[in-house]
Amino acid sequence: MDVAATAEAVARASYGKLVAFLAARTRDVAAAEDALAEAFAAALAEWPAKGIPRTPEAWLLTVARRKLIDAARRRQTSVEAEPTLVLIADELVDAADGDAPIPDERLRLMFACAHPAIDAGVRAPLMLQAVLGFDAAAIGSAFLVAPATMGQRLVRAKARIRDAGIPFRVPEAHELAERLDAVLEAIYAVFTEGWADPAGTQPSSRNLAEEGIWLGRLIATLLPEAPEALGLLALMLHADARRHARRSAAGEFVPLAAQDPARWDRALIDEAEALLLRASAMRAPGRFQLEAAVQSAHAARRLTGKTDWSAIVQLYDALLAITGSVVVAINRAVAIAETRGAAAGLAELEPLADDARLAQYQPYWAARAALLARAGNAAAAAAAYQRAIGLESDPALRAFLQRELLHLHDVQPDLT
Amino acid sequence: MQVLLLMYQDEKAMQKLPREEYGKLHGAFMAYVDALKKARALVGNHGLRPTSEARTVRKDAVLDGPFAETKEQLAGYFLLEVPDMEAALGWAKRHPSAPYGAVEVRPVWT
Amino acid sequence: MQYLLLIYTNEKAMLSAPKEAASQMMGAYAAYTEAMKNSGAWLASNRLRPTTEATTVRNPDGRKSVLNGPFAETKEQLAGFYLIEAPDLDGALSWAARCPGAAHGSIEVRPVWTV
Repeated sequence: MDVAATAEAVARASYGKLVAFLAARTRDVAAAEDALAEAFAAALAEWPAKGIPRTPEAWLLTVARRKLIDAARRRQTSVEAEPTLVLIADELVDAADGDAPIPDERLRLMFACAHPAIDAGVRAPLMLQAVLGFDAAAIGSAFLVAPATMGQRLVRAKARIRDAGIPFRVPEAHELAERLDAVLEAIYAVFTEGWADPAGTQPSSRNLAEEGIWLGRLIATLLPEAPEALGLLALMLHADARRHARRSAAGEFVPLAAQDPARWDRALIDEAEALLLRASAMRAPGRFQLEAAVQSAHAARRLTGKTDWSAIVQLYDALLAITGSVVVAINRAVAIAETRGAAAGLAELEPLADDARLAQYQPYWAARAALLARAGNAAAAAAAYQRAIGLESDPALRAFLQRELLHLHDVQPDLT
Repeated sequence: MQVLLLMYQDEKAMQKLPREEYGKLHGAFMAYVDALKKARALVGNHGLRPTSEARTVRKDAVLDGPFAETKEQLAGYFLLEVPDMEAALGWAKRHPSAPYGAVEVRPVWT
Repeated sequence: MQYLLLIYTNEKAMLSAPKEAASQMMGAYAAYTEAMKNSGAWLASNRLRPTTEATTVRNPDGRKSVLNGPFAETKEQLAGFYLIEAPDLDGALSWAARCPGAAHGSIEVRPVWTV
């Protein structure tokens, strides 16, 4: 019996649940993580000799609770800690007897992580650490933040949760939609950070896109009547379905328009469509459902051989009205170019030209370049491609943009 | 705030890059510098000639090759315009840290 | 012709040097820089913040990695540098990831010492 493998399996499956259970009761995420880390260490030390317990989760929580008590004693805080720790003991007795499963508090933990009092930039990292057990270095790498800095931000965020008394609670109906949106945004941020490594070619590092989908599935399971949660999962599954089509056999980047639908994952698309259908039946449209609907329209090419760009324009109209997002405006301009021509698309991009945020936003320049090329303005297109290339950090995407720039020269050889 | 981005590469591997690859990489570097300029972020940038052309001054000795000790760390730099390597070495020897550390002299691609 | 002088010192020793020795050194640096400027040779110079404040970025195949600390690969050599103006470290890391060199090697990000 491989104790290490079993402990590893329990860790992966239950880590978030165990952190959530303890944190929801003590309101102290950091203390919960530390106590659990010690509990896992104890498991690796004792299970080989004593055997794997009948209810491993309860065993781990019992040990973790003891560590929490020890820590409280060392800090000489006992008055506040005691009542909660006593409560935990009672629940654990039931769980250890096999009478009751450990309650799943992950939803409450996720709402705490995405609480308005928590800085927006640290919500996704916090979720990755508290629910999935990522360390600060891995999270830092993903979000391009120095590990030490990320570590500090996480420590501060968890301290905030503890000291500001941020509740571990699923919000009341009147604020649920807004608060849920923050949770979904954080999950989507996890997913999109993982998107640059579409093949997940690094087996030792966990693929963030997969983790984003895992979190999306979790929240969709825990809140099945929340259409935006279903919408987010549908959106991520649609994108994930195209993962392998995004790379040619030679490892080059393949844009959506050039992808072979035969390489899209049918099962994932079907699952996404089913989710979108369920969500739309609830008649509460929102940002993620609309984004998923756009992806659904793209996926329809596998059936019809064409893309319904008018439908996509309408969806982006609705999205722009809801979000006012510059990113949506760019995508909308590209869609309009498909229905009304490159000049019309460029006209939509014009008002965005002065937005300071776009000066360093590669997709804006790439979109501009493509439209300028189609409008026949090769010189301006070349300059825009140059900007996009200089701003892109993904080597495969950069190489693709460089090829597009080269094509311009093929078409207009006297271009400098 | 001003920040220095120090670019490290495997020289040998870079020298072996096929011409087409190299051309693309060069294009990418040009675009990158352009982007930095447009963002008004670039203060200066320089490519360095390879380590085979480097010399290192320690106390008064001049050694062939780049700095290669683990006990010392990069603390600063000077960029200078002089007629030749001899003159550059002259400045390197005069640096107050030369007796206590090391000063590597590297020709810059112009 | 342009040359780069890279100054290497033992950081720990520098930080623990007695006040008098440290200020003597600062005086020597100032005089040196002055002399170089007067000769017309000076183009640029900067003191760097210590390696404890360095961050190293690698970006092979789009898999970004950000590590605390200075560059430390023995197979790679210093090939060039960019001196940039950034609002904060995150902004600097963003530029480091975009550098085409990040895909083939390492970019060490070191704040410059402001007087």
